Amino acid sequence: MKKILEVDNVSISFGGLLAVNQVSLHQNKGEILALIGPNGAGKTTLFNLLTGVYQPTSGKIIFAGEEINHYKPHERVKKGIARTFQNIRLFPTMTVLENVLIAHPDCNSETVIPAVFGRKKLAQRRRTVVEECEEILSIVGLQDKLEELATNLPYGKQRLLEIARALATKPSLLLLDEPGAGMNSVEKEELTNLIYYISREMEKDVLLIEHDMKFVMNISERIIVLDHGEKIAEGNAQEIQSNPKVIEAYLGRGNFDDEE
Amino acid sequence: MIQLKLSKNILKLIGAVVLLLLPLLVTNSYFIHIFISIGLYIILSLSLNLVTGFTGQLALGHAAFYGIGAYTSALLLLRFNVSYWLALVLSAVITGIFGFLLGLPALRLKGDYLGIVTLGFGEIVRLVFVNWYSLTRGPLGLPGIPAPKIGPYIFDSRIPFYYLIFGLAAFTVFFMHRLVNSGVGMAMITVKEDEIAAESIGIYPIKYKLLAFSLGAAFAGIAGSFYASYISFISPDTFLYMDSVTILAMVVLGGLGSIPGSIIGATVLVIVPELLRFMTNYRMLLYGALMVFMMIYRPQGFWGANKRVRNSYKIGIRGVSNEKDIRG
Ligand SMILES: Nc1ncnc2c1ncn2[C@@H]1O[C@H](COP(=O)(O)OP(=O)(O)OP(=O)(O)O)[C@@H](O)[C@H]1O
Ligand SMILES: [Mg+2]
Repeated sequence: MKKILEVDNVSISFGGLLAVNQVSLHQNKGEILALIGPNGAGKTTLFNLLTGVYQPTSGKIIFAGEEINHYKPHERVKKGIARTFQNIRLFPTMTVLENVLIAHPDCNSETVIPAVFGRKKLAQRRRTVVEECEEILSIVGLQDKLEELATNLPYGKQRLLEIARALATKPSLLLLDEPGAGMNSVEKEELTNLIYYISREMEKDVLLIEHDMKFVMNISERIIVLDHGEKIAEGNAQEIQSNPKVIEAYLGRGNFDDEE
Repeated sequence: MIQLKLSKNILKLIGAVVLLLLPLLVTNSYFIHIFISIGLYIILSLSLNLVTGFTGQLALGHAAFYGIGAYTSALLLLRFNVSYWLALVLSAVITGIFGFLLGLPALRLKGDYLGIVTLGFGEIVRLVFVNWYSLTRGPLGLPGIPAPKIGPYIFDSRIPFYYLIFGLAAFTVFFMHRLVNSGVGMAMITVKEDEIAAESIGIYPIKYKLLAFSLGAAFAGIAGSFYASYISFISPDTFLYMDSVTILAMVVLGGLGSIPGSIIGATVLVIVPELLRFMTNYRMLLYGALMVFMMIYRPQGFWGANKRVRNSYKIGIRGVSNEKDIRG
């Protein structure tokens, strides 16, 4: 199977704290991979390393066969990695549609002179952008909220908007940081379907962090467990559930179903 | 919906016609001067709004760009005898380059620290005007800056200057309006709101900060070039820290990140001090009180960014689209 992402012995420390310690993992093309672990395990930090928000102290990150350590965050987006944030980071004074538009490469690559003086050709180009973005918004079910300000959306819908925004960058790999956090069970059900759709129909690779074990076991083909910055287990749902190290890690600090 | 749009357009049209015929309606040249000042400050506040209001970079030295534009234009006219129109364009370009250079420290600094650096920049520019005697004649200033000409016609009264500033301000409004609703302008807004989120969708914040500083400076340069030929005399005293503060006050009072806001802010802050002129020394006191009052009761300004027309990106689509697409 073809590997889309390889993390090779990656570490980072924050003033003595080894937030991610010698982690190696890979993601196969077409797979939904889950990253779990107790609070403070280093999951979000790993996302920040993948997207270039942080530089690893050591180790290599290889995406689509190319080492990407030296790329800046915005360059990694152009390479095809997009993400959502655990603590939602939408653009609050922009509308739902604008939040998605500005993520579209044909929109955020506009340059001054054509943007100001352009006419027919610009209009044509923008028309395509708007159509594509409206389509993405209808995939996540926000097609009726185009004019709404992002901050005025309920929490669950803001999470969906973040996914739409990430999709608009046309990624091949989508990183979702606790996409179901704060959602009720109906919303989670819909989210599961959405993630399936993104994986199967849109053919994107999905790497997701999630606390809700039921949700994770349900959706992902393979699970990686982090604890204290180290990878302690890897496998399918059954293997993970019966892995003594995993049980230990979770029992040490709470319950399997513990959210947040 | 269409009705509303139509009446809005009619209002705009009436406004434009009134402004165009204004010199015929108002013969008092003092009033014409006030209108010219309003136009000048509309350009200045809009240019600063791009940097501070839309891109979120606190800049306290905007008057320096106004000054650089004025000196560039004056020196080109006096020393090199170029046509006014060329001087106008060149002062925009050269001031824009200075804006780019000031933008460089902005890449490392944020908020208050950036404010202090831009403030220092303003002061340095003023000191250069004062001390580079061989070029600027220092505190004596540069008198006799020639008026613009179109063919044989010389701008010999305030009326042609009124039309010139009207055209320049209208161009600035058009430019800024199209810019902030484009992919470029929205990217600037994302940089203001959340740089990490902006990067996460492929936007490089540094690029937009430099762009905002360059464009903001270039438009301030245009205002400076106009001022130099309009008053025909400039000196370092024209471009002080207080002027930077006044321009910033226009932007904040009008509404950060709002184009109508900057226009209203400039208009109000040109007119109010004139109205209060009879109060002589108490004028500034009342002016200050007014600002404090505004900031307490209407911190978003007269016309805050929350009134921004939604989804205006589609404006560019109008030409070729059907009714459904025109939601702005
Ligand atoms: N910028 C930073 N500076 C210092 N410490 C940090 C920084 N970012 C993360 N950490 C620390 O690294 C550790 C891992 O944090 P991280 O956010 O990756 O955990 P997580 O697995 O995402 O946890 P959660 O489930 O609570 O989201 C924590 O101890 C955190 O305090
Ligand atoms: Mg986390």
